[in-house]
Formats: sequence, structure tokens, C-alpha cells
Amino acid sequence: MIRRLAASLGEYRKDAVKTPVFVMCEVVMEVTIPFLMAGLIDFGIDAGNMDLVFRLGVVLLFLALLSLFFGVQAGRSAAVAMAGFAKNLRRDMFHNVQTFSFANIDKFSNSSIITRLTTDVTHVQHAFQMIIRLAARGPLMIIFSLSVAFSIDSRLSLVFLAAIPFLGVGLYIIMKKAFPVFRRVFKIYDSLNRIVQENVRGIRVVKSHNREEYEKEKFGHTSQAIFNDFSLAEKIIAFNMPLMQISMYVSMLMISWFGARAIVASGNNPLLGLSTGQLMSLMTYTMQILMSLMMLSMVLVMITISRASAERINELLEEKSDLKNNEYPLFKVAAGEICFENVSFSYSKEADKMCLKDINLTIKPGQTIGIIGGTGSAKTTLVQLIPRLYDVSSGQVLVGGVDVRDYDLQSLRDQVAVVLQKNVLFTGTIKDNLLWGNRAAGDEELVRACKLAQADDFIRSFPGQYDYHIEQGGANLSGGQKQRLCLARALLKSPKILILDDSTSAVDTGTEARIRRALNRELPGTTKLIISQRVASVEDADKIIVMDDGKISAVGTHEELLETCQIYQEVYQSQVEGGRSIAS
Amino acid sequence: MPPRARHYRSPMQGKPELRKINPATLKRLFTYLFAYKKKLILVVTSIIVSSLTLVISALFLQVLIDDYIAPLLLQAEPDFSGLLRVILLMGGIYATGTLATLFYNWTMVDIAQGVLKKIRDDMFSHMQSLPIRFFDRHSHGDVMSYYTNDADTLRQMIAMSLPHIVSALVTISAVILSMLYLSFWLTLLVLIFAFFALRVVTHIAGKSGSYFIKQQQSLGEVNGYIEEMISGLKVVKVFNREEAVREEFDQKNELLGYHAAEAHKYANILMPLMHNFGYVLYVLIAILGGVLAISGAVNLSLMGSGLLTLGIIASFLQLSRSFINPLAHVTQQLNSIVMALAGAERIFQLLDEESEADSGYVSLVNVKQENGALVETEERTERWAWKDPHHDGSVTYTELQGEVRFHDVDFGYNPDELVLRNVTLYAEPGQKLALVGTTGAGKTTITNLLSRFYDIADGKIRYDGININKIRKSDLRRSLGMILQDVHLFSGTVIDNIRYGRLDATDEECINAARLANADSFIRMLPQGYQTELSGDGNSLSQGQRQLISIARAAVADPPVMILDEATSSIDTRTELIVQQGMDSLMHGRTVFVIAHRLSTVQNSDVIMVIEDGRIIERGSHEQLLEEEGRYYQFYTGAFELS
Repeated sequence: MIRRLAASLGEYRKDAVKTPVFVMCEVVMEVTIPFLMAGLIDFGIDAGNMDLVFRLGVVLLFLALLSLFFGVQAGRSAAVAMAGFAKNLRRDMFHNVQTFSFANIDKFSNSSIITRLTTDVTHVQHAFQMIIRLAARGPLMIIFSLSVAFSIDSRLSLVFLAAIPFLGVGLYIIMKKAFPVFRRVFKIYDSLNRIVQENVRGIRVVKSHNREEYEKEKFGHTSQAIFNDFSLAEKIIAFNMPLMQISMYVSMLMISWFGARAIVASGNNPLLGLSTGQLMSLMTYTMQILMSLMMLSMVLVMITISRASAERINELLEEKSDLKNNEYPLFKVAAGEICFENVSFSYSKEADKMCLKDINLTIKPGQTIGIIGGTGSAKTTLVQLIPRLYDVSSGQVLVGGVDVRDYDLQSLRDQVAVVLQKNVLFTGTIKDNLLWGNRAAGDEELVRACKLAQADDFIRSFPGQYDYHIEQGGANLSGGQKQRLCLARALLKSPKILILDDSTSAVDTGTEARIRRALNRELPGTTKLIISQRVASVEDADKIIVMDDGKISAVGTHEELLETCQIYQEVYQSQVEGGRSIAS
Repeated sequence: MPPRARHYRSPMQGKPELRKINPATLKRLFTYLFAYKKKLILVVTSIIVSSLTLVISALFLQVLIDDYIAPLLLQAEPDFSGLLRVILLMGGIYATGTLATLFYNWTMVDIAQGVLKKIRDDMFSHMQSLPIRFFDRHSHGDVMSYYTNDADTLRQMIAMSLPHIVSALVTISAVILSMLYLSFWLTLLVLIFAFFALRVVTHIAGKSGSYFIKQQQSLGEVNGYIEEMISGLKVVKVFNREEAVREEFDQKNELLGYHAAEAHKYANILMPLMHNFGYVLYVLIAILGGVLAISGAVNLSLMGSGLLTLGIIASFLQLSRSFINPLAHVTQQLNSIVMALAGAERIFQLLDEESEADSGYVSLVNVKQENGALVETEERTERWAWKDPHHDGSVTYTELQGEVRFHDVDFGYNPDELVLRNVTLYAEPGQKLALVGTTGAGKTTITNLLSRFYDIADGKIRYDGININKIRKSDLRRSLGMILQDVHLFSGTVIDNIRYGRLDATDEECINAARLANADSFIRMLPQGYQTELSGDGNSLSQGQRQLISIARAAVADPPVMILDEATSSIDTRTELIVQQGMDSLMHGRTVFVIAHRLSTVQNSDVIMVIEDGRIIERGSHEQLLEEEGRYYQFYTGAFELS
């Protein structure tokens, strides 16, 4: 996993390596400086040697400047490495997601892909910065400070050998206890967010059922749970500071006691033993060593917290599209002929639940085919195999006499246009959205496609007409308007095969009839597949396919099916009975 | 359709600058904190004790060197008992300090989490009372960020920044005081130095801050783009737009990367800068102190005048470290405080949103007939009455019939844009009434007004002869079973979702309702049947299945009046017929409003009303309207667009 993530460092690898190097230099300075400071006091001030005070002072100032330089460099390269790493992670994930097949997309839900690209990256980038800045610093600081401390007075420094394990074990126990609680807290946070989200989305349901109190209670439980667990977690973590202080204070007192005796014994002569200046340096090192340990423990916390995020990012990066482009693909679809040969299909790899069973079907170029069937009869599944949104589990789908898997994926989808049931318009002008169908389309082509889709009239009624701005998801258009724009967008591909998946359900019968007539008139060579719940939408098709429970139940013209197919009769009657005369 | 919020605002956008801290926000935040007045006093006291311990610890070195080590050096046979005593004394002080630290950390957790819980609960409670208009104006992401980003920055500020700042202030004042006890000259040096150091640091912090704001803006943009493109990913694939989408993403991502790098570059400089300023100060003190000590200059301090001893300089050097560190901490906290206050301001704005007004006093009760009069009862009697208390203490019961009348009603979602004009309509008790019309004609609006999701601009709505403004909103809505256009399911089991209609319904009642809605058969096919957990608005179900569950939910509530707003639009016509029969038998003799786009759904209604441009233009039964050969006839024959 680490290797996979590290690959995303890319051109920022240099900065990521530079950071700990600079940190190392900075640490060397930070350790050297107190050492020289001790000398400044002992040999300068104490001895009344002002000359030395100045000379050492200048050296110290120089070192401080150097240390500042290293510190700033470390900070800069850490910032660059972190921001770059996050950027590349987002880019790599986003690019990989673009290669996903429909099956890959179904596997991860939309919201989980979004979380991985946003929140998870934030977690990982912060942990990453902490690691490159502090993970090197902590151990280095401890080692340097310890060795200098030992060189000053090895017997006194034994104090650290007691303090470090004490603090280390204490911190370890605290982390160990706190981590599972933090994990729980994150989970509860998720459910809190979920409750708020569902409440906001369903506020009319809440209000119409007078469930405000019930919702408050539900929220209150979660809110209380967060309070309990979060408080617990933070109270455990709150032991960090006192533990640190105990170690520090006890070490300082011990050093004071034994140090004082040693100074008295040596007569405050650094050459014979310990001096007051050295005592002060030891105190500084005590702080540095223990602080570094604290920092290390914080790094550990960050790593454990961000581990889950890193794993989730990794999953998205590792996911490979299960649709392979043929090595020697065909780019041209010869004709809009479609043929299903013994096709079975299942959404899951375990083939126990087949959605489509043994489908055999031939559609000639230019035909109009209606597909009808109840909810869950696999109408959508059937047509999604044609532009190879999914691969068949067994059998084969042929377009223009060639297996769809032998085409270049992009070329196939350009020539087989599908208007999805759950369709989406994007933020931008109407024109921007239409150009998705064909980036090179001129204004005339746009207007022609919109006229075919019966969209031109309402577009012209908008301020700005084709430059009218569409909000995210087409929020400022009615359902029928959205559907007609989506249709126009697909028509701009000038496809060999056009598939409409219940894509005029919000368009009234009159307009829909005009759309069908226009398609028949203007696109005679295009094979058209129309999924609908309305008999009226399919009754004049060349052939109507009746789907039931993943199988083709019957195929025939409207008149034939009315005679022979019971399901079709029932559907027809449910829509036509009650005086509906077929006037249109 | 009501206007939707049009702007997806990134959570942190519009963050105020450092200097724009709103004192009112701060004050209000403190009222939340002051609920913990006693604890706060204890916390501040403990912080003072804990910080003073740190200062004493720095001063101790001087005492140790000057008062103990130096005299001991002069003694031929050193007596260490005095030293031992002072070390034990210090041990006591340190123990107290450590305990104080633990205590204030613990108490602060209680306070921060408590305040946060209170704010969260207040927000959610208040949100439940807000009118639908509020939700029209705010995008979901926007509302979510109150609970996530805003609340979280606030918690961090209360739990971390506040104690840090108090502690830093205490330490800094104590250190300055101690410095004054040691030496005026050296203190002066420290203060002058601190002044210049702070100027440099605030300059850099300001730079960093302005990039942080830019970073948040580009983050909002990138996240918005991700959300839109991932949600529409299947469409992207169908149109082979991957390449173009990637390019646009890379552009936005690149900008975010740049801003993030700049913001953190400056932020990362702060600590090393303060740190090394500390060293410089150290050297300056040593040199100045050394010069003063060696030259034998008179040292002025709060203790009087005397010689500058080695111990004094040593202590001073130690103190200077305790001075710089808290200063560095404060500068680090500034950014987070500004961000938290911006969050607090947004939270308070939410809390200040005006609640849905309800001046109703007429309530809905179950009644039974006793001796020819209506008597209120706790039982579920299938009979309801409006209970109208009068000023003189007497009460009238009006039986709920389900008669609805609109008199000259005007309404617009925006005041200057009327959606309904002079609408007068009536529904006789027990009628099935259908509303038909083009999109935007105002069908859904009529039901929105009846349920008082919105209040009318002019005119009157009467329900069983009572002005609906006099009816308590909760009772009004209880009397109306509504199946809305957009189905919303909640996380939980299928049966819990059905039970949402009536919380005390038994499992059997829920299953019966599901049967009535023709949902029973598919629910039984789910992995765990009625106990199957739904998540993400039930997105494992098809749109039609979700509609069936929402019908079951309304059926279990068994309301006196029902509104079906495109309730069966995604259900195939065969199933719809079965559902309709079930609903008709449930609602027999009760008033039902049906809004539908499919004419086959409405044609068996008692009365069909055609709405156009906010007016009712036709009214009659299916047959009558066909005979009239008006607009309904045109819809029916497909001569006129109905979308």
C-alpha cells in the first residue's frame, strides 16, 4: 500500500526527501546551540572573559541563522511535498476513476468515491506532512540530545534512561486505550452526518408526518453518544500532558539534586566534573528529549488515524477497469444491426442470480424496436450490453455483425448513443451541455438536434436561449425539459444506434409522439430502441419486445402481441381501459 | 416548483480577515461557555497554577545555583539538607502543577464537548422548526457544513486554543513579572526584541492566512467539481468525455495545489522563526548580561539594586525560553480562532433564522358518538373532530369531514412572482379530486398551501369550515396523509421506514399497509425481508419500489385526508392499478387529492380540475370534461403538451 501511495509523490519525491534532510540539519543546530550556550556561561560570563562571550555570541548568532535557514527550508519543502502529494493523489484517483467501467462504478458508490477524493486525501496529506517533518525529528533529537547529555555527564544522564522508557510506555498505553475510542467516535460522526443529511433531504416527509420530535430524539441519541465517546477519548489523551510533566519534573529534580552534589564535588570546574553551565544545558536537553518523545507519539496518533483513509485511497487507485479494449480494435461500426446470441448476464461475479437469461434476438438496421416490461424485468440491463457498458457473462452481443468486445470502446460508444434513465446535465450553458454529444458541432447542427428532440421551442423561450445557464443537475429545468435536452445531446452524436431508456417519461404524450415522428422521418437509417412504460410510445414500432423476469417473453408487432401475449394485453388494458380512445 | 438554492458554496468561503472578528459573535459564544461558569473559574485557576509551576521551574534554577550551589561551594564540609528540603518543596509544587494540568484538561473536555453538544442539539432542534422556505434557499451541502466544518473548528477552538491562550497569557505575564524581579535592563531588552519579533511573525501569519482563504476557495471548487462529475460519471462514460473532464479537473487541482503549498509554506516558517528568534534573544541576553556583569554595572530590579549575578543571568536565559514559546503558540492559534469564529457566526445565523409561525389553537382529536353528541376519546375510532376551545372555556367539536375550500387564494414563492392567482376551489367530503395541468401550473403548490408548508399571500383556505390558520400545524398535517413527488427513505429497516407513518404501529399493521400498497411481494424478496437495512435513501431499490414503500408509509398512518402527488409516476401501469384499488378501499368515504401527470391515473376521480397559469380553468368528471372538448380533451387526445 505504501509503495502504491508513494508512487503518487511523483515529481515531489525530491521535496519529500529534502524535508527530513533539512530537518536533520536543523536538529544538529538545535543540539549544538545549547552546548555552546553552556560554554558561553562557563568560560565567558563566569570567567569574566568578555572577549569569549562576544566570539561565542557571534558563532551562536551565525548558527541560529543557519538553523533558521534549515528550518525555513524544511518547512518550505514539506509544504511543497505535502501539497504536491495531495494534488497527485487526487489526480491519480480522479484519472483512474475515469477509466472505470459501469461495474466498477457500481462497486463503489458515488458518495464513497467522493469521500475518498476529498476528506480522505485531507487526512492523508496532513499525516504525510507530520511524518516527513516530525518522524525524522523525534528520534534524531533524542539520539543527539542523549549523546550530548552523556558526553556532558554520563552518570547524570542515566536519569534519561529511566525517564524515556517510563514516558514511552505511558504514551503507548494512552494511545492504545484511546485509539479504539477515536475509531468509534468517527463512526458515530458518520451516522450524525447521515441523520442530518436524511433529515434535510426528507424535511417535507418529516414535517408532513409531524416527526420533528422523533427526529430530534434520534439526533439527540447520536449527539449524546458523540459527547460520551469523544469526551472519553479526549480525557484519555489528556493524560499526555501530565505524564510528560511528571517525567520532565522528576528528571529535572533528580538532575538538580545529583547535579548540585557533582558541582560541589568538582568545585564548579567543568574540567574536573560538572559545572553550573553544564547543569543548565542538561536541563535544556531534558526538555528537548521528552518533547521529542511527545511529538513522536503525536505522529503515531496521526498515522493510526489516517491509516483507514490511506487504505480507502489505495483501494480506489488499485481498482482496474474490468473492460479491456481489444488489442487490434475496429473503429467503424458498419451498420446498426444488433444481434444477441445466447446472452446471459449477472451484475455480480457469482453467477447465481442471472439478470438476463439466454437472450437471443436480432434487430435489423433502421428498425424501431419497443421494449416493454414491468419494474425489475431487466429492460435497462438488456440495452446496456449494446454500447458495452457491461460485458456479458456468457454468449455474445454483435453490433454490425461484430462482437462488441472487438470494437474500440470509445468508437463503439460514439456510434451507439444511449440516453440513460437517470440522466444528468452539468453546470454550464445549454450549448455547453449539447456539445458533449459532438464537440465539433456547429450552431446549425445544435438547432437541428434540438428541433428533432422538440427542445428548440422552450430553449428559445429562455433568456439567452442556447446560452441559458443550467444549474447543477439541471435544477432550473422541468423534468420534461431535461429529458428533451438529454435526447438532443445524444442525437448530436449522429449514432448508428439510438437507445432511449424510458427517457421521455416526463414528456407528455403529444410531444412524445412528435419526437417519435421526427426521429422516424429524419433518422431512417438509425436503429432505434425505445424502452417505455407507455404502450402508446411503442405501439407503432416495427417490433415490440416484452420482457419479463430477465427473459424475452414475446416479440411481435402491436397487433400480434395484443392477440398472443397476455402480459402485453394486461399492460395495454391498464392504460387504455376507461374510455381512452386512441386518438393520437 | 419552489426555487432551489442556486449556489453551492464551499464551506469556508467568505471567511473574514483577521481584523474582522465580530464582537457580538464572541459575546454570544461566551454565553454558551458561561453555562459552565463554576467549571470555567476552576479551569482558569488550574491553568494559572499549572503555568506558574512552569515559571517557577525556570526560576528554580537561579535559586538552586545562587542560594544553594554557590554557598555550598564555599563550605568545607557541605551540608546538603537544605538542598534536599528545597528539592522536596519543588517536588510538591510540581505535583500540584501536574495535577492542575490534568484537572483543567479534563474539565475543558467536559466544557468543550458540552458546549458543542448543546450547540448541535440547538441547531438541529431549531432546524426542525424552520419553514420549508429555509430548505429551499440552502443547499444540502451548505446545511451539512454547519454540523461538520463549523462545529468542528469551534470545538477545536474551545478545547485547544482557549486554554492555550489563557495559559500563554498567564505565563507571559508571570515571566515578565519574574524578569522584572531579576533585572530591568534585561527585561527591557526582551520586550523590545519581542515587539520586533511579533511584527515579523504577524506579517507572515497574515500572508499565510490570505493563502489559506484562497486554498479553501479552490478546495471548494475542486470538491464541487468532483461531486458533479462523479455523480454524472456514467453520463461522462456514455459520451466519451473522460479526457475533457480530466483536463478540467487537472486545471482546478493544479491551482489548489499551488495555493495549498503557498499557505503551508508560510505557516511552516512560523515555528522555526520563533524558535530561532529565541536563540538570538538568548545570545543577546548573554552578551548584554555578560557585559553588565563583568563591568559591574548596577542591576535594577523589583528587588532593589545590586550586582548582576551569574545566577540571575542563568535564570533570565531560562526565562527567555519560557517567554518565546508561549508567544509562538499564540501566533499559531490565531488562524484557528479566526476560522472558528467565522464558523460560530454561521451557526448563530442558522439559530437566528425565524421559525415557522404557528398561532393555531384548533386541534385534531379522535371522537366517538355518545348520546347523539361527539365525545373526545383516546381510542383510535376512525372518526376525528376539530376541537375548538373558546375564550369562555367551552369547547366545540366539529367532525372532520374533509371538506376543503380555497377562496380567492393568491400565492407566490417570491412575493413579486405569483404562482397562483385568485384560485377558488372546493373539495366535497369523500370526493376523489384530481389536479391536472402543465409543469409549473401550480398543482403541487396547492397541496403545499393546504399543508401550510407555505402561507398564502391573500385569500382564505377553509378546512371543514375552519380557517386553516386557526388549526395547529401539527394537527393540520396529521389530518393529511401526503405522498410526495420525491420519495425519501431513511436509513434503517424497511419496516421502520413504513412505521415512520405511525410510530406505534405494530409489525402486523405495517405489513398490512405494505400489502395494500402492493409492496409486500417485493419486500419479501429482499435479503432480510422486512428487516432489510436500507441505506443512502434506499438506493438499492428501484424508483418504483421506493414509491410503493412511501405509499405503505402513508397507508399505515391511516389519515382522514390523503394527498397523492405523482405518487405512482414510476410504477408500471399494471401495478399502479392494483395499488389504486387498495388505496381506494382504504380511503373510501374520505377526501383524496390526486396530482398526476399520467391521465390514466386520474380518470376515475370524482372531480378533475385543470390548472393553467395558476388558475383553474376546467372542472368536472372525466366524461364531462371530454364532452366539453376543452383543454382536458386536448391533453387527452395529445393535442396539447402536458409536461
